[in-house]
Parts: sequence; structure tokens; C-alpha cells
Amino acid sequence: MAARKKPKLAVWKFASCDGCQLSLLDCEDELLEVAGVIEIANFPEASRAVKRGPYDISLVEGSITTPHDAMRIQKVRRMSKLLITIGACATGGGIQALRNFKDIKDFVSIVYARPDYIETLTKSTPIDDHVFVDCELRGCPINKYQLLEVISALLNDRKPNIPKYSVCMECKQKGNVCVMVSKGIPCLGPVTQVGCDALCPSYQRGCFGCFGPMETPNTISMSERFGELGIKADDIIRTYRTYNSYSESFRRESEAYER
Amino acid sequence: MNSNLNANKDLHIVRREDLPQLFNILIKDGHQIVGPTLRDGAIVLDVLEGVAELPLGWTDEQDKARYRLVKRKDEALFGYSCGPQTWKKFLFPPDHILFKADKTRHGWRIDAGENAPPKFAFLGMRACDIHALTELDKVFIAGEYQDSAYLERRENIFIISINCSVVGNNCFCTSMGSGPGAASGYDLALTEIIDGDLHYYLIEVGSEKGEEVLGEIKHRTASQEEIRKGNELLTAAAQAISLKVDTEKLPKILKKSVEHPRWKEIASRCLTCGNCTMVCPTCFCSTVQDYTDLRGSQASRLRKWDSCFNIEYSYIHGGSVRYSSEARYRQWMMHKFASWIDQFGSFGCVGCGRCITWCPAGIDVTEELRFFCQNPLLDTTAKSA
Repeated sequence: MAARKKPKLAVWKFASCDGCQLSLLDCEDELLEVAGVIEIANFPEASRAVKRGPYDISLVEGSITTPHDAMRIQKVRRMSKLLITIGACATGGGIQALRNFKDIKDFVSIVYARPDYIETLTKSTPIDDHVFVDCELRGCPINKYQLLEVISALLNDRKPNIPKYSVCMECKQKGNVCVMVSKGIPCLGPVTQVGCDALCPSYQRGCFGCFGPMETPNTISMSERFGELGIKADDIIRTYRTYNSYSESFRRESEAYER
Repeated sequence: MNSNLNANKDLHIVRREDLPQLFNILIKDGHQIVGPTLRDGAIVLDVLEGVAELPLGWTDEQDKARYRLVKRKDEALFGYSCGPQTWKKFLFPPDHILFKADKTRHGWRIDAGENAPPKFAFLGMRACDIHALTELDKVFIAGEYQDSAYLERRENIFIISINCSVVGNNCFCTSMGSGPGAASGYDLALTEIIDGDLHYYLIEVGSEKGEEVLGEIKHRTASQEEIRKGNELLTAAAQAISLKVDTEKLPKILKKSVEHPRWKEIASRCLTCGNCTMVCPTCFCSTVQDYTDLRGSQASRLRKWDSCFNIEYSYIHGGSVRYSSEARYRQWMMHKFASWIDQFGSFGCVGCGRCITWCPAGIDVTEELRFFCQNPLLDTTAKSA
């Protein structure tokens, strides 16, 4: 078989904490292997040597919060054959999307000494509100094995195994005892997408919803159950307003309890 | 339904203090004993080394979407009802590598081998769970093509069942004809009896292998009085089961209810999380996933539990054929209570009640079945509201 040219990879940062792109560096054992099969062409966090585009694969971290970034993501899309969003900021707007529920001008005037220096958008929005996204990896942060899985699938012309069903599927298959049924701990697992290997329930905690809404989230029924467990409306709102507060179903559900 | 011990067989007594002998003989015989034990606030199934790991003095309280461990007043070892897990995970593992392949200069080298599975002894199977095993046997090995992974695990198991003297609020085995006592399918069947200071097991032998194992344990023939006590417990258990489903016309009614508005109502509560299928002892659906390493020099094919509640489960070219939640719930219920009969000649539900306890939304399958029975669609062509 003829040796294939190594695909060029770029990593882009928008409004985010860097945790997701660090997952790539966090691959440690697999990192050399990754570098052996793809050309890390533009990854400022790893190397100052930046190769010019276009790129075969772009990993995009972060949400769009400024007019400048709204322009920049268009440029990134034009330079990228495949665009993969990584993490809750890029796929759902992130924690910073909490601003979307308030008036941004109020924040700016409180936080900054010179509000007139600040140029920001009224909302923090996910990347796919702006450009076409080929594939998304959820999580806050993403799961590095899912990242390796997507890269490996792309390199080998196969479908990536990134399921969109509930956390419960993985939780039960691990043999965990349901924390909500056995202890009355509120858990977002039934409405949250799998991918974390049911991390929190494996340690006797309820799911926080880091991976955002699952494929068909019934948040209305979920909230009713929380209510039966004695969770008050204010806390139900907070439950949905963490890492993926602006994801459609979580947003709608928290707003319903605000009224 | 079996709520009486088999009067035609000799029944035996093994005293509580002699129970460790059962462990010793099975382990000596090369069995890996799997049975109930306490973990994370529930009675789960795991590999056991000895009697000390059994949930001594514990029972459970179950309700819709609720499970709590409660201390018993006695030192019963099997004084609880079904837990969150089922025995299928040992015969049909949630993740099973079908084969691995390595790329060599001469092409792909297939490595089919995983090591031979352990020789299991299942201790504490309930009558409903034994019935579930019978259903899984039909699915995996009774047909034209046998599932080798299941078969090689299944053919060597030694089954020690426990007749139920404790029933959970969500048990409905009497309606499904699967309990509370096991009629067959075991090597040894135990009924735990605690009578004042006396603590012993009434034992029925179900196979030659069972006979051999019993022969190695200190035992004696049961007295009429002891048999009467065992029967009393079983009868009381059967009577204590209050959840009921009238199964007689169920398949017919369900098949006429395809367009029933109730499905939509259920869907408003259903979380489509798949928990019911994960805890069901007869749900057997799986998907197959291919994996590669980054270099493409190694590949593996994995069989993984799947669920009819997942969108991708019914994905065929262009989309999922059961996209709505009501379509997915309907598929699950219809399969268990109607089309399973066409496929395998019996109900696909054994009445263990796990799907009721472990549904986070507290959907009670018996309540829904009763609703369909009591509110049949008059006109089968009527469309849902």
C-alpha cells in the first residue's frame, strides 16, 4: 500500500479554558503515536512552529463571544477540510453562556474599569451557530479516548464510535448501582449524552451533565422526577445551568422553571 | 406458577453452618461462584469467595424508581428480592471482543481467541431469573445458529436457585408464570428456613450434577414438618405478590393497540434512557463496533449491549425507523408481551419487576399493561389523538 501523506492538524482556541486542547497533550502514551500519523501543523499550545493552512483536520475549542471571533471562525472553516468541535464551550456555548440569561451590559459595567474598551457579543454561542461542523466531541472537558477514537476513525476511513444515547447505558453496563433510585441523589444521567464512562455515578455522585443533552432528552419528565425527590425550582434551574446551559433542551427546561 | 415444593422428590436439609461446604466443593470443582453481595447500597451479583460475602441479615424495599437496603431482624442470607443486576452479564457480557486482527506483511492475521471463560456456579438465582435464562437460551442457542460465546459460558454453569420467601413490591412473577418457586432449570434449589434458633436450607435436587454436589455436603432427608414449613413460605410469598397482569388476552390486545393514544402519554414520562433494557434479564440486543489503532495495524470487533431505546438501534439507510419515544417504548413493550410469543413461543417478560424499580421515571410496566387491557381501542383503524 502506498504511504499516505500525513494529514495536517490544527488546533484553534476561542472562548474557553484550554482544558479540552490540553486533552490532546494529555494523551501522553499515545501522543507520540498521534504525532507519527498526523502532522501537528498548528497547535500553539504545543509548539511555536506553525505551518500555514489549509488543514485536513481542525479541532476547535471554545465558544464565540466577540465580533472578532465571529469573523475568525469563518476563516478557520475556510481553511479546514474537516472541522471538529471539542468540548462544552464549542458544542454548547460553555459556562460563559450563563451570560446569555442576563444583560451583558450589566456585567461589563461591574467587571471592567473601562467598559468602553470591551467589545463583546451579547451571547456566547456554540461553533455550529456560525459554521458547519463535521463532528462534535462533547464534555467538560472532552474524553481523550473519544478524541483518539475520532482521529483513529478518520485515519482508517471508518465510522467513529461516538454514541449519543444516555449516560445510563454506560453506567448500567459498568455494573453501577443507580444513585437516584438507590439513594435519591438527583442525577442528570438519563438526559445526558454518554462519553465520560459514567464518571460521577461511579463515585456515588449524580451526573452533572458535562456532556450535554443526549439524543432525545426528556427534560420535562426528568425535572418532574427531581421535584419528587424534593429539589426546589431554583435548584432545578441551577442543575441545567452549568456547562451546557445554552444547549437547546437544557436551556428550555431551565427557562420553564424560571417563570 | 410454582408455589409448592415438588412432592415427588426426596427433599434434603443442609444446616446453615454446613453451607460453607457447598462453596468449598464448588470451588474445588473449578467453579467460579457468582452470587449476591452488598455493594454501593444494593445487593449486586459478583464473584464470591465464601459465605461471609453473602448479604447476611439484609433485605430491600422496592417501589417505583426506588430501592433501599434495610436490615432484617434475622440472619437470613437470601432474605431479599431481585437486585439491580441480572445474570445475563456473565453469559452475554456487556463488552465482548469478537475478534482481533493484526496487519502483517502477509495480510491480516485474525486472532479469535479470548481465554476460555470461567466455569460458573450461579448461587441465588430466583425462579424468575431461571425463566429468563430459558428465554436467553432460546435466543442464543436454540435456533439454527448458535452463539458460541454464550454457549461456552452457558453449558458449564451449575445453578443453585433460591425459592423466594421475600417478595418485592414490584414482583409480578405469579402473573408471568415464573415464580416464586423454581420448577426446573436448577441443579440444586434451596428454600431458606429460619425457625427460631434453627436456620437451615430445604434442598431439592434438579440434576445428576446436583445430586453429586449434595453428596459431598453434610445433609439429611427432610422431615414432613420441614417440607410443610417450606411450602408455607412459598405459598405465603405467592400470596404476597400484589402486582397482577392478566396475560390471557394480552398479545391480542397489544397488537390491536398500535395506534393507541396511551403510547404518547407514556412517552411524555419515558426518558428513553434505556435503563429498563439494561436491567431486564431477557433483553438481549447488541450492536457491533469496529475499532482500529491510529496506525491501522490493529483492529478489533466488539459486541456491545444496545437498546431499542437508542436512536441508532433502528437506524437504517437514511434514518431511524423508530424516532419518536412512543415508537420506541411501544417496540419494547410489544416485543416483551406480544411478538416474543410469535418468535419464541412464550412471553419475553418474567415478572422480576426490575424495570419498574430501576426506571428513573418510575414507569410501571404492569400499570401500562392494565391500562391497555382496560381501555382497548374499539376501532383498530382509529388514529391516535
